[in-house]
Amino acid sequence: MRAYLPAYEMETPRDLAAALARMASEPGVWKPFAGGTDLMVLLEAGKLPHKKFLNVWNLAELRGVEVSSEHVTLGALTTYAEVQRHEILAREFPLLCRAAAETGSVATQNRGTLGGNIANASPAADSPPALIVYDAEIEIVSAGGSRWVRYASFHTEYKKMNLHAGELIRRIRLTRTQAGWRQYFRKVGTRRAQAISKICFAGAARVEAGRIADVRIALGSVAPTVLHAVRVEELLRGQRPGSTVLQAAQDALNAEIAPIDDMRSTARYRRHVARNLLAEFLEVLAG
Amino acid sequence: MPKRARKIRVSCEVNGDAASFEAYPMTRLLDVLREELKLTGTKEGCGEGECGACSIEMDGALVNSCLVPALQAQGVKIRTIEGLAIHGSLHAVQQAFITHGGAQCGICTPGMILAAVNLLARHSQPDDTQIREGLSGNLCRCTGYMKIFESVVAAVRRAETRA
Repeated sequence: MRAYLPAYEMETPRDLAAALARMASEPGVWKPFAGGTDLMVLLEAGKLPHKKFLNVWNLAELRGVEVSSEHVTLGALTTYAEVQRHEILAREFPLLCRAAAETGSVATQNRGTLGGNIANASPAADSPPALIVYDAEIEIVSAGGSRWVRYASFHTEYKKMNLHAGELIRRIRLTRTQAGWRQYFRKVGTRRAQAISKICFAGAARVEAGRIADVRIALGSVAPTVLHAVRVEELLRGQRPGSTVLQAAQDALNAEIAPIDDMRSTARYRRHVARNLLAEFLEVLAG
Repeated sequence: MPKRARKIRVSCEVNGDAASFEAYPMTRLLDVLREELKLTGTKEGCGEGECGACSIEMDGALVNSCLVPALQAQGVKIRTIEGLAIHGSLHAVQQAFITHGGAQCGICTPGMILAAVNLLARHSQPDDTQIREGLSGNLCRCTGYMKIFESVVAAVRRAETRA
């Protein structure tokens, strides 16, 4: 059933400070509203629980991509389209650009934001695996101040995250240490555009003298949150990326993931494809 | 009774003309266009951002108008299918859809054409892959897509020969 529109309020704060003051005035009541690609879908389905929103779409403090010698810092409102257009992101953080290119369609990419993708907290979201591989940090702000957290520990359980009433995601920081890393991204969905993933795999590794010196792996749609595959990483470090280690790594991955049957796929298919994607990643590292 | 949101007045530009309307803050821009501004060329398909039938341009960016709340239309420039023809002369993409049979039932057509026009604004000489990607957010349940694709290819060629 469609939503009863007079029940929903939305205001446009004049700046970030005003937005945070409003959120602090009634903790948990006012929620930020960015590009609407998730929230408007819930509204139309009559399933949008919150009733009061702050339109943050035009807040300059949440926009823009800053580049320093050490970091690339993206405002929370950076859209998927902006991610793809950014030259340094394309060169140094290709997994994020691939994720952005494979999220929704052109129209979704023009409105969907990285901050929104994080705050929506879907385990099937496409940018989080890339953000985990790059060990992104996110700045969380409130009327009381600011704190930085490691993104890899931000989501705690299904749709739950380390974000309190009155807090808002301001920006996402990536450290520019990817030079020399081999990177791999693959989203498996019903079709290339629009489909939400059945499973999504992002991996990167530094290979020295034929051995995996360091490796980062994250998967979407295989657990209640986007999964950082730490046990697989531990097993792979120091190993040669060949067939010897493959079986053990696949078994470790199989033990680490907890996929479910849902409208998009089955647990069995997801487990099978997860093994295949890991094998393909190791082939990339060996090649 | 719970507190009710009041309707707000929103001013924007639609197809080059100043427009103003009253709506609840979270009324869909799609509904404002069709019901308040009587621009019924923009269609509703899925109502959840999957099909692209309600595609319009907002400040030059292709968006699904079913996912834009009325409040966010404040101060923006909107272009709909009604804004493409100039003095009764069809846009090259519109003409190509007619010539090459790119429209059948017509529900997806305004969104398809807006997506194609927006693609040409970003890539004046798109290759086949870019055309497919540019149209990938728009679903058609009649033609099987080839005639739509060929219409856009024809519009690109026409632009090339004129250039």
